[in-house]
Amino acid sequence: MISIQHISKSYKDAQAVRDISLEVKKGELFGLIGPDGAGKTTLMRILMTLLIQDEGNATMNGFDVIKDYKKIRNIVGYMPGRFSLYQDLTVEENLNFFATVFKTTVAENYELIKDIYIQIEPFKNRLAGKLSGGMKQKLALSCALIHKPEILVLDEPTTGVDAVSRKEFWDMLKKLQQKGITILVSTPYMDEAMLCNRVALMQKGKVLDIDTPQKLVENYARKLYAIKSNDMHRLIQDLRSFEKTDSAFAFGQYLHVTGKDDEVEATEFEDYLLKKDHVELEVFDIQPTIEDVFMNMMNE
Amino acid sequence: MIIMIPLLQMLVLVFAATYDLKNVNIYLVDKDMSSTSRELASKLDASPFFTINNTSFNPDDGEKAILDNKDHMVLVIPQGFERNLIRDDKASLQLLVNAIDGQAAQLGYSYAASVIRDFNKNIIAEWKGLPEFNPPYQINAVSRFWYNSELEYKWYMAPGVLCILVTLIGLFLSGMSLVKEKEQGTIEQLNVTPIRKIQFLAGKLIPFVVIALFDLSFGLLIAKLVFHLPVVGSLWLVFGFGMLYLLGILGLGLFVSTLADTQQQVMFVTYFFMMIFILMGGVFTPVDSMPHWAQIVDEGNPIYHFIRVMRMVVLKGSNFGDLIHEFIAMSIIGITFLSLAVLRYRKTA
Repeated sequence: MISIQHISKSYKDAQAVRDISLEVKKGELFGLIGPDGAGKTTLMRILMTLLIQDEGNATMNGFDVIKDYKKIRNIVGYMPGRFSLYQDLTVEENLNFFATVFKTTVAENYELIKDIYIQIEPFKNRLAGKLSGGMKQKLALSCALIHKPEILVLDEPTTGVDAVSRKEFWDMLKKLQQKGITILVSTPYMDEAMLCNRVALMQKGKVLDIDTPQKLVENYARKLYAIKSNDMHRLIQDLRSFEKTDSAFAFGQYLHVTGKDDEVEATEFEDYLLKKDHVELEVFDIQPTIEDVFMNMMNE
Repeated sequence: MIIMIPLLQMLVLVFAATYDLKNVNIYLVDKDMSSTSRELASKLDASPFFTINNTSFNPDDGEKAILDNKDHMVLVIPQGFERNLIRDDKASLQLLVNAIDGQAAQLGYSYAASVIRDFNKNIIAEWKGLPEFNPPYQINAVSRFWYNSELEYKWYMAPGVLCILVTLIGLFLSGMSLVKEKEQGTIEQLNVTPIRKIQFLAGKLIPFVVIALFDLSFGLLIAKLVFHLPVVGSLWLVFGFGMLYLLGILGLGLFVSTLADTQQQVMFVTYFFMMIFILMGGVFTPVDSMPHWAQIVDEGNPIYHFIRVMRMVVLKGSNFGDLIHEFIAMSIIGITFLSLAVLRYRKTA
């Protein structure tokens, strides 16, 4: 449905996207996962015909992003990272406006947005600028869906949204997927990666790996330890200066640590740290998450 | 807002921006104290333009009054003025004018000079006792001001101020509205819709043309009711040209905003254009007295053409045939600005 071949794009002095190739299948919920500056937005803007790539080509449902940009605009819904609706129009006016621009009506495609719109309908006479973050996002999604797109492109839709709204939002995406819409979503949150069918891990304009999130975790063949003590700051410094440590990152309350060549036992870390006078020390094995996979890849 | 502000501007500016010279204060230094000198003084005082504010016998006091900005002019009548006039047929007077405000000084001077000349003529005729059957050979030029016979300055200013007003609305609002979409990011959402470039730009033009034309008619109504501006020519011509003018001005506003990223940038650049257009446009100072190069440059100044058309149609009743030059010039300017805006505006920027 979405096909990207060797796309590169650089701005004045920075290369935003380097030689990216990936395929998104019809009906798939595909995630672009990566930190800020990974090139997710640039890639999406190229797909959305808002930006012209330097090299490579891409098609959306068979339409070339440069030659057939007009056709693409009719079949794709886009939700930019920044709230981009008219803040001085009401909820209803925004929806009607975008419906009109796409030469359709709200009534015609109401079925598709019903589940989402019903939640903001009580506020339909409120100005869009006066909505809360979660509601703005639902409105933006409604507007992106108003012309019944075949592909939905969402740029960091859940950034700056509370945990409950985030969960609701992903439930909505799942429902839309069931209706046959292909969805490309970007997010900096690793936990959301697990909700996608497949993900591309991106960093510094490159794709590190593409697979299902489950496969990515399974393929992570490293032994991982969680370590905690009373002085976390000193702990991370001590661990990083330990010759048998491969990587050490803070994950919530614990440090996630890997040893060189995965031959380091938990007791070795423990002995070393006890010598360094760490008290309340905890060291134990853990199952890796997608975040560990990502951190590991970034390190390589 | 869009209606009240222009209304206020119209009412305040037209009254304030006047070159009508009234109440020029004269400091009189009459060293002669003769009947002739007194007659001259009272003649000046009787004129509506002058008031004899102070008198003394010391010219230095007069200079001081000018320095203190109390009086605008000092008239020094030297001792023996009357005697010289009778004996030698000529006498001199000294007129000191405060030329800080050049325009007012010049006007004041020429008014005063004409009063004195007039006085002079009468007095000579009187003393020489010329018989009526043998009048002196004199050419008496009687001037008459056409199209604004009373030199009503408000009639001159009102169309000018109206032009500025309409320009302000066109240039600023159109520029702001596009760049605001950029600032708020709404342009991003709009760019991925199938909406066409021309449709989008038309959407940015039409509302402001309507608002500005509304303000134009509103302003003309005020000018008519408050200032009794005589509208001699056809209003269709004024509005027709106004429409053409607005397309050009809005095109410029749009062009500026396609280049800018923030409202500040638009403000700054449009302000720059506004200043040049207004100061060179002949609203306050006649274009005919500008240097030759400036007059050539003015051919590309939309305000210059609009003001000319407004004044010519409203005060003089010019018809389309008289204004073909302006219409052609304005069309070229308008097409240039609009096409620049259309060419520069890219959806995939």
